[in-house]
Order: sequence, then C-alpha cells, then structure tokens
Amino acid sequence: MEKTSTIQEKVISVVADSLGMEAGEISGNSRFIEDLGADSLDLVDLVMELEDKFEIQISDSQTSSFRTIDDVVKFISTLEEK
Amino acid sequence: MRRVVVTGMGVISSIGSSLTEFWESLKSGTPGIDWISTFDVSEYGAKVAGQVKDFDPTRYMDRKDAKRNARFVQMAVASASEAYDDSGLENSLMNSERAGVIYGVGLGGMDVIEDQHSVLMNKGPSRISPFLIPMTIANMAPGLLAIRFNFKGTNFTLSTACASATNAIGEATRLIRGGILDIAMTGGSEATITPLALAGFSNMNALSRGTPDTASRPFDRERDGFVMAEGSATLIIEEYEHALKRGAMIYGEVVGYGSTDDAFHITSPEEYGDGAYRAMKMALEEAGVDPVEVDYINAHGTSTPLNDLTETRAIKRLYGNRQDLNISSTKSMAGHALGAAGAIEAVATLLSMKNSFVPPTINYSSPDPECDLNYTPNFGVEKDLHYAQKNSFGFGGHNASLLFKKL
Repeated sequence: MEKTSTIQEKVISVVADSLGMEAGEISGNSRFIEDLGADSLDLVDLVMELEDKFEIQISDSQTSSFRTIDDVVKFISTLEEK
Repeated sequence: MRRVVVTGMGVISSIGSSLTEFWESLKSGTPGIDWISTFDVSEYGAKVAGQVKDFDPTRYMDRKDAKRNARFVQMAVASASEAYDDSGLENSLMNSERAGVIYGVGLGGMDVIEDQHSVLMNKGPSRISPFLIPMTIANMAPGLLAIRFNFKGTNFTLSTACASATNAIGEATRLIRGGILDIAMTGGSEATITPLALAGFSNMNALSRGTPDTASRPFDRERDGFVMAEGSATLIIEEYEHALKRGAMIYGEVVGYGSTDDAFHITSPEEYGDGAYRAMKMALEEAGVDPVEVDYINAHGTSTPLNDLTETRAIKRLYGNRQDLNISSTKSMAGHALGAAGAIEAVATLLSMKNSFVPPTINYSSPDPECDLNYTPNFGVEKDLHYAQKNSFGFGGHNASLLFKKL
C-alpha cells in the first residue's frame, strides 16, 4: 500500500501535467475549479489520466464529489486499503 | 463606399515564422521544402513537404492552451499575434462588437483525429479525449482568436479547400464594406502534414514525387504535382477612415474580390480555366481597374500539370500575352499550405507591393510551350507595383481572386 503522501505527490504530478502547471503551484488544499482554473472538460481529461496512472475506475458520481486534490488522494487511499 | 485596407500582418510558414524572415526568403528565393521528418514516409509516393520545423506553440500561449489546441489553431494564434502587434491595435482603439474573425481552414485538426482514432482502436471509446471535438473543428481557429483578442463580432470559418483563405479575406472585406464590421482578423491556417492526409493527397496523384530541391516547380514543363506545406497567415483589415483615425500603417487596399465555381468536376479544374477567369475578371470589375493597370499576379501556381495550365489560360484570356505582367508562384519556395495558402500568399503579395519587388518562381528550368507567360523565373525583380492580384483555387471547383492596390 502506498503512503498517503506518496499518493498526493503522484496526484499532484498528474494534475500538473494535465493542466500544464508546475507541481509547486499545487497543494493538497488546491481546489480544481476555483484555484487551478479547471473547467468541466479539464476534469474529464484529468479523471482519465488518474484512471490510467493509478489503474483504477472512477465513476461520474465520484468525479463530481472531487473539489480538492486531497479529495482525490483520500479516494485513492481508500481504494488501495481495500 | 466604405473602403477596406490592410493594417497588420503575421505569418508562420516553411520559409519563415515572422514577416521579416518570410520576406527575406521570398526575396532571395530560398525554399523551405525538405524530406518529411515527422513520420516514416518510406511507403509513400510523396516524401517531401514544407514543414514549419521550429514551431514552438508555447511562444504564443501557455502550456495548457498548447496542449488543448490542434496544430492549425496554434499556428493561427501565432500568426494572429504577430498581425495584432504589427497593426498597433489595442482594445481601447476599437469597438470589439464590430470586430470579427473570418478565417479559412481547408481540413482542420486531422492530426488530432488520427491520434484519437488510434486510441479508439487500441484502448476503446472510454479513453477518447474530451478535447477531441473542440480540437478538431475547423472553426476553433477563429473561435480561439476571438477569445484571445476580444473580437466579439461576426466569426466563422470558411472552407473552400485551397481557396479557403482567399475567400475568407474577400468575405471579410465584404462584411466591412457592408457596414457589418469595422475591423476583421482574416486569413487562414492549415497543418495536415500527417500520415492520413499525405496518403490521401498522394493517392489522388496530386503530390509531387520529387526531391526537395525541385519538387515544387510551378509552370515548369516537368512539374508533377504540388508539395504539401503547413502554416498560417493573418491579416488585420480595417475600414479606411477607421484606420486613418487611429494613424495605422497601411500596407494596401483590398479593392476587388471575385468568387466563382467551375460547376464542372470535384477535383479537376475546368479545361480552359473559365471559372478562374471569371473570378479574376470579377475582382478587376469590382475595383473598376483595367487589366493593363495590373502589374503583378501572385498565382495559385500549385505545380500540378492541370492547375498551372488552366490558370495560364485564364490569365491569358483576361490579360492577353502581356510579357510585362509579372506572375510568380511563391509556392515554389513555401510549398502549398492548402487552406492557409491564400493568406500566406496575400501577405507575400502585400509585402511585394510595399517593397516594390516581385518574388521569383524558383526551380524553373524547362519552359512549357503551353505556359508561356512571364513567371518571373528564378530571380525576383525590382518593380513598382500599383495593383497586384492574388488567385486561389480549390477542390470543389472554387475560384477566388483578390485585387490589392498600393496607397
């Protein structure tokens, strides 16, 4: 099982790459829409990237509950604990 | 009548990615055609193209926008950025609701379609990018330019294959003349040096199978097809009084536009160039200019056996055998950028007027007895240009012609 901090690092790197930002500009508290400027298409693209990188499935309802980076980190950590 | 002038230009092409570089190449007859380097062409008949090798979209937009836009849109932003800077425009100097973007694109995001089709075949529909559609649609070039430059008026892409950009400039001119717009960004963009597009054009026998140094040889007896190129050019055109009021630099006036169709065949031009002749004549008539007053024609001159012959016939019907009329095909240097070609060549035409210099048709070595006009072979000539005409013709039988006047 990966540590939460490792997962957070990996999520931030996926998000940075997808949104064309530097990892240093993103933290666990960053909100996708308000802070990172993501729009609805960015979020779909981002979820696909996360699914590929972590080899997981993320449902649409799950996606709509993600507001911050740490929401995603928490979701992935829970999956990996199972 | 409201008059329309050109007050800014920008260009991205195989022979230069700025007005300065582009003009230096045109003036010195330096070609931009080379072996295709972006994918394996060993199984293709045509192996050369006019690529924009050093194009870096992040010079013109942030990484996110670069990732979210197809190459033809990136290039449109690049040429429009140069044109906007060149025009000296600022938002405070215009009514953005009367500023439009009318752009020519022949195909659009072929690169993205091909890439995403492989994803579909290999990974299934759930992996298709949500950006596939916005990246591919041909109207995203003017769509993004509206966002970038806050042009809120009439906005569309016009698609008439290789005549697209010339039609776009003509239609934009009409919108300004008609009082709908005061100012327009117009021109074209195309970036389809891709495996699928190359195979498609190649199997039509439309492309030259030659080597980089001689493949594009318009009007030469040995010509065997065009050389595909990519690029974009943007012109800022403006109502004359509007331009004067803000003290804009003026390259020239768009005094005439003609637009016709052959109504003949899906891809072949009509044998005697009747549609081309009518478009050229219409442009002159609109301007009230007699053929003897025209000093230069920047020809469509694709280097295909049929185009160069029928275009020559059309020119002779309108102008007779005038050897003092300079004609040149700058595609001999830059290649044929399809939907963007008319814009790149309109920029060439206006720079020729500004610099009083006719760029050459290079790679011209064997005269064709049926193409016997003055094509300005191999070396450019210094000459004052009062009126210059720009032709473009496209699959679908489209013919478009513009007439520019030096002010």
